[in-house]
Amino acid sequence: MIEVIGVSKYFGERRVLNQISTAFDDGKVNLVIGRSGSGKTVLMKLLVDLYTPEEGKILYDGRSFHHLKAIEKKNIRSEIGMVFQGGALFDSLTIQENVMFPLNMLKENLSEEEKLERVNFCLKRVDLENANFLFPSELSGGMKKRAAIARAIACNPKYLFCDEPNSGLDPKTSLIIDRLIIEITHEFNITTVVNTHDINSVITIGETITFIHEGNLAWYGNKDNVLTSDNELLNDFIFAQPLTQKIRDLS
Amino acid sequence: MIKVLELIGDYFLFLWKVFSRPDKWKEFLKKLLFEINSMGIGSLLIVSIVAIAMGSVITIQTALQIESSWVPTWTVGFTVRTSVIMELCPTIISLLLVGNLGSRITSEIGSMRVTEQIDALEVIGLNSASYLVLPKVIASLIVNPILIIISIFFAIMGGYITVLLTGVVSGYDFIDGLTSFFRMYDVYYALTKTVVFAFVISTISSFYGYRIEGGALELGEANTRSIVVASFVILVLNLVITQIML
Repeated sequence: MIEVIGVSKYFGERRVLNQISTAFDDGKVNLVIGRSGSGKTVLMKLLVDLYTPEEGKILYDGRSFHHLKAIEKKNIRSEIGMVFQGGALFDSLTIQENVMFPLNMLKENLSEEEKLERVNFCLKRVDLENANFLFPSELSGGMKKRAAIARAIACNPKYLFCDEPNSGLDPKTSLIIDRLIIEITHEFNITTVVNTHDINSVITIGETITFIHEGNLAWYGNKDNVLTSDNELLNDFIFAQPLTQKIRDLS
Repeated sequence: MIKVLELIGDYFLFLWKVFSRPDKWKEFLKKLLFEINSMGIGSLLIVSIVAIAMGSVITIQTALQIESSWVPTWTVGFTVRTSVIMELCPTIISLLLVGNLGSRITSEIGSMRVTEQIDALEVIGLNSASYLVLPKVIASLIVNPILIIISIFFAIMGGYITVLLTGVVSGYDFIDGLTSFFRMYDVYYALTKTVVFAFVISTISSFYGYRIEGGALELGEANTRSIVVASFVILVLNLVITQIML
């Protein structure tokens, strides 16, 4: 379980996150939703220690990440996988080398054969078994995201973070990515945190949902009560599109 | 002024991060060999062409300037050798490498920053500055002096070919001048400058690439800024080193 307790983040004078407290459950897909610029990505970067909070703390199964010694931080890092918005695959490496990269860096005890076996398992799991020797530039947007997921799960992480995994993808590919994320989460009992503003993801995979508005925690719930909430800010966000408005009117 | 001081402070903090022990020596050596290969091969052609052209022009200009019966004709070879070794190749070729190697480094690291590849390294727990930049700095400290030595050879060859083709002085006199009053110290001086300039090129261009915030527009701006700053620093250090060593 990841607990976020009273976390605030400033950029200069500007406060981008204000006393956020929430929790991300084990073995579940935990969504963080909000409009662009609401602070979702900043929260995710705080979670993976790319930023340091000015106030509050983040606990990984009771361990305060930002207050640990370097060696202890390294242990947590080896339990983290992250899928970046654009995939962030290394351009100069093949897909096989990309997926093997965290294994080379973090799993020194594995032999080359074991690493290759793990890479092939991960690529097969995301339906990219024939892409080993392709470069990222040779892949479509959806394939890049799947390759990024394969790299993120290579070290068998306990915690998986996905920053807007559906951005730039067509609705059908988005569904494939969503399904893959929820399957992997349940299959390997991972604590998954997904940043999104994709409403389809919200109502299909949001086992817990944290809604952030202008840096503040505005609502907490799940996919079963997100559509029936009377929170005005949440409703403004969820029913912003004509399609969702129509669905609400019909129901 | 405060912004400039902040920038200098950030640069030295960045160097502190870069010059830390590599996380994985095997990966470091792999990247170092890759950088040596790509930097060396990637710059060899342009360096050779510019050096030949420079040697040819300086030979003709020197011959025309000292067209007098009071000055021995071997002076042309002597002047070409001295100016090529002491100033033209170390400084002009280094300025050329700012545009060639430097902008490549800024673009590469900058696009990695923009596409979050650097964040991906940090999430794994790597010191991204050391992992990405240290091999480039060490490679340029190895490659640039070799390139400068090659450029000195080509510049002198360019001068010799020009002498043979134009007949501004005889080939014999030119070679006589080349071999007269040779001081090994001039080569040490040239190589010292080259190593310092190589450090400047690789670290400043990496620094500007690493600190990019934004997208393609900022990448272009960072590229221009790194070229301007590195060129300026090279010219200032050229003056300082010359004052100290000569």
